[in-house]
Amino acid sequence: MKPAPFDYVRPGSLEEALQALAGHPEAKVLAGGQSLVPLLSMRLAAPALLVDINDLPGLDHVRADADGVRIGALARHAAVLADPDVARVQPLVPLALADVAHATIRNRGTTVGSLVHADAAAEMPMVLRLLEGSIDVAGPGGRRTIPAAELYVGPLESSLHHDEIAVEAFFPALPAGSGVAFEEIARRHGDYAMCGVAAVVAVEGDRVVSARAGYLSVSDIPVVVDLTEALDGSVQPAALAAAADAALAQLDPETDIHATADYRAHLARVLTARVVTAAHDHAREEQR
Amino acid sequence: MGQKVQRVEDDRLVRGAGRYVDDVAPDALHAAVLRSPHAHARIISIDVDAVLDVEGVHAVWTYEDLEGAMAEPLPLLIPHPTLTHGRTQYALAKDEVNHVGEAIAFVVADDRYVAEDALARIVVDYEPLPAVVGIESARSGDRLVHDDVPGNVAASMEQSNGDAPAAIAGAPHRLSLDLHIERSACMPMEGRGVVARWDPDQGRLQVWSSTQTSTGVRAAVAAKLGLDLGQVDVITPDVGGGFGVKIVHPWPEELLVPLAAQRLGRPVKFTEDRREHFISAAHERSQVHHVEVGFDDDGRVLGLDVRFWHDHGAYTPYGLIVPIITSTQLLGPYKPGAYRVRFDSLYTNTVIVTPYRGAGRPQGCFVMERTMDAIAAELGKDRADVRAANFIQPDEFPYEHGLIFQDGRDLTYDSGDYPAMLDKIKELVDWDGFESFRAAKAAEGKRVGLGLACYVEGTGVGPYEGAHINIETSGKVKVATGLTSQGQGHQTAFAQIVADELGVRFENVEITTGDTRRMPYAVGTFASRAAVMSGSAIHLAAKRTKEKALRIAAEALEADIDDLEIVDGVVSVKGTDTSIPLGTVAVLSNPLRYAFDEASKAATQFSVGDPGKPPVAEDDEPGLEGKDFYSPPRSTFASGMHAVIVETDAETAEIRILKYAVVHDCGHLINPMIVEGQIHGGVAQGVGGALYERMAYDESGQLLNASFMDFLMPYVTEVPTSIEIDHLETPSPLNPLGIKGAGEAGVIPGSAAIAAAIEDAERAVLPGFGITAMPISPSELFALRAAHTPRDAQESK
Repeated sequence: MKPAPFDYVRPGSLEEALQALAGHPEAKVLAGGQSLVPLLSMRLAAPALLVDINDLPGLDHVRADADGVRIGALARHAAVLADPDVARVQPLVPLALADVAHATIRNRGTTVGSLVHADAAAEMPMVLRLLEGSIDVAGPGGRRTIPAAELYVGPLESSLHHDEIAVEAFFPALPAGSGVAFEEIARRHGDYAMCGVAAVVAVEGDRVVSARAGYLSVSDIPVVVDLTEALDGSVQPAALAAAADAALAQLDPETDIHATADYRAHLARVLTARVVTAAHDHAREEQR
Repeated sequence: MGQKVQRVEDDRLVRGAGRYVDDVAPDALHAAVLRSPHAHARIISIDVDAVLDVEGVHAVWTYEDLEGAMAEPLPLLIPHPTLTHGRTQYALAKDEVNHVGEAIAFVVADDRYVAEDALARIVVDYEPLPAVVGIESARSGDRLVHDDVPGNVAASMEQSNGDAPAAIAGAPHRLSLDLHIERSACMPMEGRGVVARWDPDQGRLQVWSSTQTSTGVRAAVAAKLGLDLGQVDVITPDVGGGFGVKIVHPWPEELLVPLAAQRLGRPVKFTEDRREHFISAAHERSQVHHVEVGFDDDGRVLGLDVRFWHDHGAYTPYGLIVPIITSTQLLGPYKPGAYRVRFDSLYTNTVIVTPYRGAGRPQGCFVMERTMDAIAAELGKDRADVRAANFIQPDEFPYEHGLIFQDGRDLTYDSGDYPAMLDKIKELVDWDGFESFRAAKAAEGKRVGLGLACYVEGTGVGPYEGAHINIETSGKVKVATGLTSQGQGHQTAFAQIVADELGVRFENVEITTGDTRRMPYAVGTFASRAAVMSGSAIHLAAKRTKEKALRIAAEALEADIDDLEIVDGVVSVKGTDTSIPLGTVAVLSNPLRYAFDEASKAATQFSVGDPGKPPVAEDDEPGLEGKDFYSPPRSTFASGMHAVIVETDAETAEIRILKYAVVHDCGHLINPMIVEGQIHGGVAQGVGGALYERMAYDESGQLLNASFMDFLMPYVTEVPTSIEIDHLETPSPLNPLGIKGAGEAGVIPGSAAIAAAIEDAERAVLPGFGITAMPISPSELFALRAAHTPRDAQESK
């Protein structure tokens, strides 16, 4: 469990980092290393060059304002999770972050790193898609913004180009009259979930005017389903069942050693009802 | 004895100040092993040419490079007459590999990075062969692991007491059950590891190994390398857990590393990584069992007939210990009217199977306790009452089962009180109040269930252990025993025994374990034997040391021995202030020609002794020392009962443990805190075995979950937050301290108790619901619920 030989640079500026990436088609960016380093040690990945971005200035910020939450590429999960403004502006972010692995991994791992690692079993890519956030990337031609809907193109595959570095993620603020909820079921606390569901529900009075849910570990990229029509304004059992049916039509769970496809589908159904109800209740509280 | 003394080793260990094998010899070269990617294949050729010019590589070996005894198969450690087709591997594979992970080539390099780079350059041409994976495939016999082992059967064994089939046929009630336990493994935090240093000036080999038997490794290394035993020292430093896997020896690396140190003239180190531990150490537990049982209206078992199939993996280096233990310890605290057990030990193309904490008992306990629950369900009786009807009674000890145990001795229980224990566990878990608890939970929409499991554990197997005690002139007490420590708290528990017997301060006692330089006669740490075996030997050696101290002190104080006592390291005449410290007694015990400090002047030739007699009497020895050995006639049998309450989530099928209660009897307690710690750890492993851990082999023999990401050991978040413990102390008559082993106990009834609790929770909603295989995951519980039909309920009735 020792990595194959690789070169390593630790540039002090974004420009130098981008140059290093551009010069090596086999280069990988290293930030928190919580996914990459195990892959290296198991020799499942053997990049020729690691570009360690931990010395880049000005990328460890966590900012929350009326628009939403902006998270720099070097902000650790733990810093985001501990930020009270984040919880106020977009409560779904800390709700999901609390289930990202374990405290020691959150101390080191970065939220942006997790987003661009593009694991469909990870919490934050799904949350970014559900909230219709985006990431800013820097590349040789300057900066661009990739909307979450265009970010995830396949299993562990994002639409970032090889010579680009993700520098910031943006999670939009929770609109007034909306509520959120998140729940996942994992074999052990902190494991990748067998299924996880998050929901954003907007209400007028008691009536649901919009409901969307995001799903993890039940498809090969994070999936978001609009449940508004299926719910038809209600969170009564029949409406929730219809919503789960609508969601399942768009999911493709697989069997692995931890759970069968049937069981994952069942969990998606159970969790859809639970989180839509909880997000609805949250929205009602927010109204008061 | 009997005090909750805080473990003195913990401060060092939890602060990261432990010293493990990998910490030894930081200047050593590093070894890495090329391991088979195939479960079963013929090796056509191995090409190492590309490795030879890698900078920093010092050696690359295959089987062709081994000579003499090293080129012979590894030893079959525990032969047995019924093990007619025992097979062991070679240190490096010869012609054929029989599991993914089997060692093929060995590289020594400047560091582990270079060594692994070199491994990647070795080219092996394999002819893949069909793999035998799982008991069903092994039983069918249409593919063979070893060409010369028909039917894949390593051994078939049968034992019986009475005519079980006839007793079953004549019984008023009969049931049959098929029961399965899955594979798991020990998974110590520290994997295997070995360091060797050859000293050409002295012609000596020093070996450090993360082992449970330093004397065993020493004997094997000497025999394989053609060295005299006296040329080899084996030292076991801190060991980060063993749980059984490290009693297996010699591992290929335990021979190859010393050989490399000798051939290269440089210290060499091998530190196993986690993936290697999964695919090249050892596993345990997988067995399939068929039970036939006949019983009367009270649930008394009149005849019990068990047939089971043991998945032994690719080789049988540790003999039949695991299935023999299942076949005998299955009986637990019960006395069936007649018993027959038969097993086949089967080869498969998977990692070898050797004892893992519990060693066949968790399977036996699962079989017996599931049978008890089935009898209770069949008769509509209370599950505890059915068990009570089958208990061996307190006045029936010593109780002979009429079987032969794993140590080749009669299966004879020395002592116990099972009815009293059942009363305690029922009280601890509130057995009688459970139905009202269930009703209250049901009103909240929750399913809860209660399970109970009882076991008896043969502990403290022979042949022997020894101890040597030396009191230095400073008064410090140096104790050496040969078995090893891998976290049990021996420094604490053994020092308690010495402090008690010798009358010295606990903190003045220093314990050395697992160092063949200090105690070359020893067996090892396994089978819950350290306290019983070394504890007793240390007690006996302390007695001898005390006798000598009192004899010398009596002379010095001109007092009668019977008037002396030793308190806090000072010998005094009772009721007077006439006294002499033990350090001074030590000075007097060793007549000197040369003084080296003020105190030692008292022992020089003009100060001490009768000038008319030899300074050391004919029947005496210099030094304040004592040495003794303890060798019991047979094992001593500890026992316990676990009760657990679980909640099964009606929607998600998640399984939560609400309460876990343990009553444990290991005779007299040396240190209740250590015993409770052992129980906590055992329960955690039991929960792992019941709800999380399995070896996910695919049909081709690839292990799909060979990492801690996918092999699910319980985290602290999965272990019950409080484990309620009560003790019962029925002393063993077999040893001077009246103690029994406690190391493995906590893990034994985990699967049995938790299966019973889950079944109980589900039956409240799904009548006739049954659990016949463990571990169980939420996904599997969900599938069982979905597959359960009212017809099942009818049939199981």
